[in-house]
Amino acid sequence: MRRIISILMENEPGALSRVVGLFSQRGYNIDSLNVAATEDATLSRLTLTTFGDDKHIEQITKHLNRLVDVIKLVDLTEGAHIERDLMLIKVRAEAQHREEIKRTTDIFRGQIVDVGPRVYTIQLAGTTDKLDSFVAAIPEADILEVVRSGVAGIARGEKVLRP
Amino acid sequence: MNAEVELEAGAEMLSGGEMIARALEDEGVEFIFGYPGGAVLHIYDALFKAGRVPHVLVRHEQAATHAADGYARATGRPGVVLVTSGPGATNAVTGIATAYMDSIPMVVLSGQVQSHLIGEDAFQETDMMGISRPIVKHSFQARHATQLPEMIKKAFHIASSGRPGPVVIDIPKDITRPDETFPYRYPESVKLRSYSPAVRGHSGQIRKAAKLLLAARRPVIYSGGGVILGEGCDLLRELAKHLGYPVTNTLMGLGAYPGSDEQFLGMLGMHGLYEANMAMHNADVILAVGARFDDRVTNTVSKFCPGAKIIHIDVDPASISKTVAADIPIVGPVKAVLKDLLAAIRTLQESAEESLPDADALARWWKQINEWRDAHGLWTARRYGESELIMPQEVIESLYRVTKGDAFVTSDVGQHQMFAAQYYRFNKPRRWINSGGLGTMGFGLPAAMGVQLAFPDEMVACVTGEGSIQMNIQELSTCLQYNTPVKIVNLRNNYLGMVKQWQDMQYEGRYAMSTYEDSLPDFMKLVEAYGHVGIEVRKREELDERMAEAFAMKDRLVFLDVFIDPMEHVYPMHVAPNGSMKDMWLSKNQRV
Repeated sequence: MRRIISILMENEPGALSRVVGLFSQRGYNIDSLNVAATEDATLSRLTLTTFGDDKHIEQITKHLNRLVDVIKLVDLTEGAHIERDLMLIKVRAEAQHREEIKRTTDIFRGQIVDVGPRVYTIQLAGTTDKLDSFVAAIPEADILEVVRSGVAGIARGEKVLRP
Repeated sequence: MNAEVELEAGAEMLSGGEMIARALEDEGVEFIFGYPGGAVLHIYDALFKAGRVPHVLVRHEQAATHAADGYARATGRPGVVLVTSGPGATNAVTGIATAYMDSIPMVVLSGQVQSHLIGEDAFQETDMMGISRPIVKHSFQARHATQLPEMIKKAFHIASSGRPGPVVIDIPKDITRPDETFPYRYPESVKLRSYSPAVRGHSGQIRKAAKLLLAARRPVIYSGGGVILGEGCDLLRELAKHLGYPVTNTLMGLGAYPGSDEQFLGMLGMHGLYEANMAMHNADVILAVGARFDDRVTNTVSKFCPGAKIIHIDVDPASISKTVAADIPIVGPVKAVLKDLLAAIRTLQESAEESLPDADALARWWKQINEWRDAHGLWTARRYGESELIMPQEVIESLYRVTKGDAFVTSDVGQHQMFAAQYYRFNKPRRWINSGGLGTMGFGLPAAMGVQLAFPDEMVACVTGEGSIQMNIQELSTCLQYNTPVKIVNLRNNYLGMVKQWQDMQYEGRYAMSTYEDSLPDFMKLVEAYGHVGIEVRKREELDERMAEAFAMKDRLVFLDVFIDPMEHVYPMHVAPNGSMKDMWLSKNQRV
């Protein structure tokens, strides 16, 4: 089962490598990873997605918690949450295709953020599923480049992850 | 802000190097085990000038970590290591991993090239933070001298609290330079918002555990190294005595429960005693305390103790249900949890209508255990008469007799380690010092050195083999310099014994690269060259006498080279793969 684990940790050099290292060291996989400082510059918020059964995820969260740099973490998939992945996708947009791509972009509520004579660069935010669907909707041969931020997530309602 | 300025105005001005020397002194460090080199020369000069904390100059950095580790295991206080950058740091890695696997508190200060050279492949540069990351509890890289006092305090706090472990501090040379001084103040305590190990177990879980324990009909207490690390040995004994339940110890837990007590079943696991493994397999309730269900204990996990409900107490939540699922997990320090558990048991017993636990059921259980003991208990003298040669087990028994069971015994890794674990009955914690998790050959001698420095008047034996001892034999020189009169007991069989045993059992006796042929050194000449005493033992009748002779030389290191039967195997031995706890080889041709 897919899980989104959100981690609040010290914004220290080496902290990210401890998290990433833990996954390779213990044979867990990381599907996507997103990390940046929070409003408090001493804290980083890291969101990662992984796959595993309950036992597997329990071990992952226990080992993450054991890292001295990790302050708190939450498995967002255990409750209602919001997840967003940001994608920048460069597609071939020539003659008869330009209108078609524009229409598809509108349907997905994406924005064309850069226009060239033969290419569009489209920005799209949403769940991983939505982004996957958009990629599937564009003919494969027209896709020139895909960049995704990885999932960032937050719990719905008043639940917060703070030190 | 003003208060801070005032405080600093009164503080002493020290260089980074001096801060390290002073912080170690303020922390109460007794010994630093280390080896100087370019990146740490400022620190060494500061240590030399201060002259307060004794430094032990090893002959290889791996030995510094093992000596610090031995010191830590014997005393319970963190071992301290100081090594230079590059090769100094990488040589320390095996010892750090050894400490990590066995949860031993250790603080390793590693030099680093100057800050502006980091990342430029400078002379003796290595990414120690990166190399050590998977084998440390935590690590720091100092960026400025002013960080050092608090960083060192944090390192000691992290290394020795919760589930202990090694902490590395990487220190670029420039921040230790003598010509830049800053105000020094060593913090009395530190607080980390991201680190707060459990201090108590969950009371509801403890009550559930007490209830399950009292309802048990075939209980076993399975305790590990965590009981020693967590200072829970007295409470473990009190609990076992109060309930009258059998106790088995892991390799790391030996000494946590008195080895010569009648409720003690001996070690369990791959080379555990028959009665210990049988009791585990047939138990209905297992109380696991500070043990981690290691693969050398469980044999095939899916076949592990099929009828048992498991209570698991550990300070590290990640150890619980990692390999074997716990029915009642309790996260907390062993000492606090055992205290609460005992209280909960007494409360339940007072309020219960019938007498708990069921005395008849317990008597039947002990009867069964004693039958196992009588049938296939620890191998006693069965082949002593048959072989002309000294049996390895006899050597350990002789060591036990001569030292009256009161020595610190370190070991290396292999057959000799298992014989020592099986036959030396440890009645006190912290007396059995071996590399259980990582299985590091070369651990024994430097570890013994660290133990002897901590306890100069106690007997310290290093049980070893020709393979292991040669992995750090250069430390014989350190032993002379610092007068550590360790007694080295070499079980000489001219093979890498445990490798040979597996080759006998699984590879039809093809001894692939497990013999030295005629290349072994003359150990008598070797130890004499290092300024020590060598004694050879070839005859059974001489064993006790020679052993006593060695221990009578209180101020000399003695190397006892005991020629043993090279064909002997360690038994019992779990049947693998696909065996359970109860499936064992009891001798070369007896399998149960």
